[in-house]
Amino acid sequence: MLKLENIHKTFDDFNIQNVNLSVDEGDYYVILGKSGTGKTLILEMIAGLLLPDKGQIWLNKKDITNAKVKDRNVGLVFQDYAIFPHKSVFKNIAYPVKGKKQLKERVSSLAKQTGVEHLLHRFPSTLSGGEVQRTVLARTLAAEPKVLLLDEPLTSLDVQFKKELQGLLRELNRQGKTIVHVTHDYEEALSLANKVAVMHEGKVVQQGKVNEVFRNPANKFIADFVGIRNFFNARVLSSSNSTHKVARINDKVSVAFLNQTVNGEECIITIDARHVILSPHKLDSTALNNYKGEVLDVIPSVNGLEVIIDIGVEIAAIITSASYQRFQLDKGKEVWVSFKASAVKVGGIS
Amino acid sequence: MYKISITRLVFTVLGAIVLLFILAPLLGMFLQTEFPQLIETARDDKVAESIRLTLITSALGTLFFAILGIPLAYLLARKNFPLKRIVLGIIDLPVVIPHTAAGIAILGFISRGTPVGQAASSLGLNLVGHPIGIALAMAFVSIPFLINSARDGFENVPVRLEQAAMNLGASPVRVFFTVSLPLAWRHIVSGMILMFARGMSEFGAVIIVAYHPMIAPVMIYERFGTYGLEYARPAAVLFILVSLVFFIILRMLSGKNHAKTRKYT
Repeated sequence: MLKLENIHKTFDDFNIQNVNLSVDEGDYYVILGKSGTGKTLILEMIAGLLLPDKGQIWLNKKDITNAKVKDRNVGLVFQDYAIFPHKSVFKNIAYPVKGKKQLKERVSSLAKQTGVEHLLHRFPSTLSGGEVQRTVLARTLAAEPKVLLLDEPLTSLDVQFKKELQGLLRELNRQGKTIVHVTHDYEEALSLANKVAVMHEGKVVQQGKVNEVFRNPANKFIADFVGIRNFFNARVLSSSNSTHKVARINDKVSVAFLNQTVNGEECIITIDARHVILSPHKLDSTALNNYKGEVLDVIPSVNGLEVIIDIGVEIAAIITSASYQRFQLDKGKEVWVSFKASAVKVGGIS
Repeated sequence: MYKISITRLVFTVLGAIVLLFILAPLLGMFLQTEFPQLIETARDDKVAESIRLTLITSALGTLFFAILGIPLAYLLARKNFPLKRIVLGIIDLPVVIPHTAAGIAILGFISRGTPVGQAASSLGLNLVGHPIGIALAMAFVSIPFLINSARDGFENVPVRLEQAAMNLGASPVRVFFTVSLPLAWRHIVSGMILMFARGMSEFGAVIIVAYHPMIAPVMIYERFGTYGLEYARPAAVLFILVSLVFFIILRMLSGKNHAKTRKYT
């Protein structure tokens, strides 16, 4: 439904080159990239705040490349929010609503959905960052945009707000809202997106379904950037245990993780290689996940050494060279692998 | 014991001299004026009429040129165009021109022979010696204060907010009236107060365009020229008092606005 074709834009010291993106109805599309790679500029071009030098932007088969900002019907939530400081929460949300009829009902239903219904009479200067964020989201939804464009929506929120807002965004997407979300954080991409595009220096270097991109990084840059070695498709087992859940990887390895929202039974599991502990004997520790395995390979990496161990599936651990020497973790050596349930991140595939 | 730095002491003394320089002549004038004199002057119809005329002409000139000047201030704050620097220079011109010279220019502009004068006389108006002519002279020398202040105000409104409004489907006109104007309002009001004050106090340009009907500064000058200091002083004190009352009221009104905006930004 939203298509970018051969978008070029030249700035003094920076270029956007040949960007092609294709977002389908109902997609949660994450554009992933470090800061300064042009992600925000892409959103601004979709919204019409910036015009591309070359290329076309299509929305529902209509060429909107040069359409007026107000006529595009794409809702952009700015990273710095851009809440109207002189209007109450109610008036902010009511701003794009056309017609006075049922204005109150419309605003209160949006406020309820975004969790700001108790703040309607307040002014922005008295709100927390998370509350401002929600107000702006409600205001953008009030315009009934065809696509929701989010610029780093979770970056400046604390952990609690982040989780709540993630839940809200997931819910909006589930209700059918098409979302394009820009971030530098691959965990956001994992837990929210069904499709992802990785940007680097003004170019899209890889795009596709989340698990394809993360499983098969097209090049070393993407692999390093997404920073994930331990990436598995898994199936959540129904479990009566209330403290944690269990997922099976390839029907071979069971992994315990903490209760999180999972879309259905199929899921993606990632384990940060820095949190994987290796030891010569089975550890008596609080870690729920312990496996016996064999060292397959040792690769030098930016942060030390990356040790690949076969525990039924291949898992990577990042260790220092001092540890490597001390435990002599050469190829073929038997070793115990452990990591905490809380080190396991779970994302859904939808 | 507090240790006072020498620098701070010197600066304070120098500052005190400046304050004294401003306050001493004014206080002297007030102290030398007796209350019965003041009452008597206030009862003089000519004095009351001239003060009233001064307030009205300056206020109407300010309002009229605010309607013309605020959109210009917005353009100057937001758009870049060729010769923008020259336009900015033109706006500041009235500040650097000697005011009697400005009066001569305005007189030449509105007298009967000119297109403006002819247009006015076709409506049965002679702008020379007319309150409208006075208002124009006042506005000529004071409009830079309004435009520059309004431009500052618009420049302080984040472009992001205007972009957000457009993204929400608002037309440029709606963006201007619902976002830009309210957020720049404090600067605009303060510019209008400055323009109003500056227009009220204008003497040089007005006396050339219209000696009669008499505005307060001309009336004070005439009293001084004809009867001397003793006679002019109560009129001057009265004019200052009326002006002060107006400015305090206006400042309080805009101050309220100020407090509100600051609280919520």
